[in-house]
Amino acid sequence: MVSPAQAALRLSDVSKSFGPVVALRSGSLEVAAGSIHALVGENGAGKSTLVKIVAGVHRRDGGVFELDGQAADFGSTAESKAAGVAVIYQEPTLFPDLSVTENIFMGRQILGRMRRIDKAAMYAEAERLFAGLGVHIDPRRPALGLSIADQQIIEIAKAISLDAKVLIMDEPTAALSGVEVERLFTVARQLRDEGRALVFISHRFDEVFELCDTVTVMRDGSYIATRPIAGTSVAEMVALMVGREVAELFPKQEAELGEVVLEVTGLESTGVFHDISFSVRRGEIVGLAGLVGAGRSEIARAVFGVDPYEAGRVTMKGVAVPAKNPRAAIRAGMAFIPEDRRKQGLVTEASVAQNVAGVIRRGLARTGLLTRGAENRAVGPWAARLEVKTSALDAPARTMSGGNQQKVVIAKWLATEPDLLIIDEPTRGIDVGTKAEVHRLLSELAGQGLAVLMISSELPEVLGMADRVLVISEGRLTADLSRAEATPERVMHAATHGSQEVA
Amino acid sequence: MSAATIPAYARPVWRRVLLSREAAVIALVAVVYLYGYSNIPYFGDTLTLTYILIDMTTILLIALPMTLVIVTGEIDLSIASVVGLSSAVLGLLVRDGVAMPLAVLIALVVGVVCGLFNGFLVAYVGLPSLAVTIGTLALFRGVAVGLLGTEAVTDFPTSWTEQTSRIIGSTGIPTFMLVFAALAAVFIALLHFSPFGRGIYDIGLSTEAAEFSGVNVQRTKLILFVLTGTVAALAGIFYTLRFGSARGDNATGLELQVIAAVLLGGVSIFGGKGKLPGVIAGVLLIGVISSALRLEGVTVNVINIIIGLLLVLSVLSTSFLTWISDSVSRTKRSTSSH
Repeated sequence: MVSPAQAALRLSDVSKSFGPVVALRSGSLEVAAGSIHALVGENGAGKSTLVKIVAGVHRRDGGVFELDGQAADFGSTAESKAAGVAVIYQEPTLFPDLSVTENIFMGRQILGRMRRIDKAAMYAEAERLFAGLGVHIDPRRPALGLSIADQQIIEIAKAISLDAKVLIMDEPTAALSGVEVERLFTVARQLRDEGRALVFISHRFDEVFELCDTVTVMRDGSYIATRPIAGTSVAEMVALMVGREVAELFPKQEAELGEVVLEVTGLESTGVFHDISFSVRRGEIVGLAGLVGAGRSEIARAVFGVDPYEAGRVTMKGVAVPAKNPRAAIRAGMAFIPEDRRKQGLVTEASVAQNVAGVIRRGLARTGLLTRGAENRAVGPWAARLEVKTSALDAPARTMSGGNQQKVVIAKWLATEPDLLIIDEPTRGIDVGTKAEVHRLLSELAGQGLAVLMISSELPEVLGMADRVLVISEGRLTADLSRAEATPERVMHAATHGSQEVA
Repeated sequence: MSAATIPAYARPVWRRVLLSREAAVIALVAVVYLYGYSNIPYFGDTLTLTYILIDMTTILLIALPMTLVIVTGEIDLSIASVVGLSSAVLGLLVRDGVAMPLAVLIALVVGVVCGLFNGFLVAYVGLPSLAVTIGTLALFRGVAVGLLGTEAVTDFPTSWTEQTSRIIGSTGIPTFMLVFAALAAVFIALLHFSPFGRGIYDIGLSTEAAEFSGVNVQRTKLILFVLTGTVAALAGIFYTLRFGSARGDNATGLELQVIAAVLLGGVSIFGGKGKLPGVIAGVLLIGVISSALRLEGVTVNVINIIIGLLLVLSVLSTSFLTWISDSVSRTKRSTSSH
């Protein structure tokens, strides 16, 4: 354990309330210099509030907050930055039209003679920073079009140029591919070796175990435990997080496979995916694995008809489904739960009832008129069945947690009584408890004869849930593995090498 | 299988209805009317009511489809020019001896075509409606003035022009209000009691999510622009017959009055929020206040200042009311959980 004197960052019994709502009851965290410290907990455990206090977004109500042994209290993010704290968010907010260099030096441009901005010096400094991190990004290019991974690297470069002593990374890997995660980890380890203190927030345990040396678990706004990574296990961490043992994270039951529901043949979209053919049977969960950006979501979107495709055909139960027509796909029995819940899956400003009725309402308008009452009657059972936690059906979806929002999206599509469910990243940003619920539900639905096409970047999820794993690499189908054949090594090999294992 | 049932509404019905923005606007109309009725000479006359309603008819009509367009997050600034164009076309046809029913029909078709043009550019080409309709505002007006030049056609058959000032019995309500009432019923059913209307709100709140739920966003927007064009043409015909004069520059600037009334009625300019009863009350509120002030001898410029202030205040009050209702429900939630 770290003694208080040498801790780069120390929070003890920190609390924060918003009006009468307690967001953080008693948060404690002690991070040593030269260490990568994992902070884990379910959504709503208080991690974000803790981070925001350190970042100067919120001011704590009580407790101890020290940086390098000195009492700290930040009223703004500028103060925390000046004190050597940097926070790298899941999706950085850069100025897209400015160059990479201008983004790094935003607000503190290097000035030359006559107080003119010295671009040459800034470019040179940016190049030096990138070289130090061992990455290749052109400092002169605009930030627009950079991958999220590169944007995070720019945030890190900015933090280093400010000589940040404490770096907090809030779910940085959620949107990264395997290769990008590796690069981020390399950079993180280097920063650790330079003697900086790093806090790493993630829902992915494999990453926590690979990268971090210590882990602190939070639950319900309170500190629960701190353990050295070497002396703990996934099961123990999960138990600490949820306060109970989660017996099986991915409980896929065996289900009887029926006739082919979805058949995709030779699907083609120039520069996105090429010659994709596969089928999904009744009762089967087919996992679509691969790196982020490999074209998995694009394939799903094309099958559902949100995106166009140039060649190939899609059939449902033997009947051709027209391209670029989501309504026809819905009529053919498809349901699609997209990756971006808040932008695509839900109308966040609309109520739970409006969201769940979002697709079925066309069938609810008897005599041509649709009433709130008819919608509520149709929606109620689905919301109850999925155990959506909300005070009322007319509460706006934006007030709910990620897991509950996902339940609303699932309810919306189950209400259409589909034959095929396409689900893109079913558990992204969802806490462990709800995650298990979603997995159990998918398994149960497959057991009842639903065909499921599941896209997931979490390998354990794919391997645990799928009867068959299709691997996509650079827009091509590179492997079609049965449950027995699908090992992490084979899937990762097919995802990264793109060699034709099974045609 | 089924767990505890979730209540349909968080708040009891009286709070949902009485504390709504619509209820506030309707109450305000009633308050101003009753105040005028007992305090302002002549305000209580049925003739005053007739004039208020006839004056507001064009705005009332166009506010219906305009509400739907604004709820999707789009806007149509070309409607006043469509009014002018349909007026000019009607005048031109009547001057050349075309029979009235056919001339009216053609003037309506002009509105449909204008709406199709706007709607195609916005929905299918994907241009921003603000830019498109600023363009067509000038374009349609230009064509209208080009058709008739500076002349005015005034020889409309009196059997038609009289219709605009006919009233129902001794109520003071113009007969043409029945046409408006029928249209209002259709638009209320469309926006508030149909799957199509739910789609309109979804588009306004999140176009992407609407698309992923199978809402045909492009077709919906096209239909709404065609509706504004058509109803604007109908308003143009009414306007022409009411003044007995077809001119290319008829109803210039009307678009801002319509939009002001729609916003006053509680529709969000960002889309996704607002109800038609509120909008209708919003138009009537402007009509009642203007009329009351005019009878009190207030000049037009001062009336405009007051209406403008009212609009700004109403937008402010919306944010204020949201803030209050949010903090009330936050307090309630926390006290009930403790």
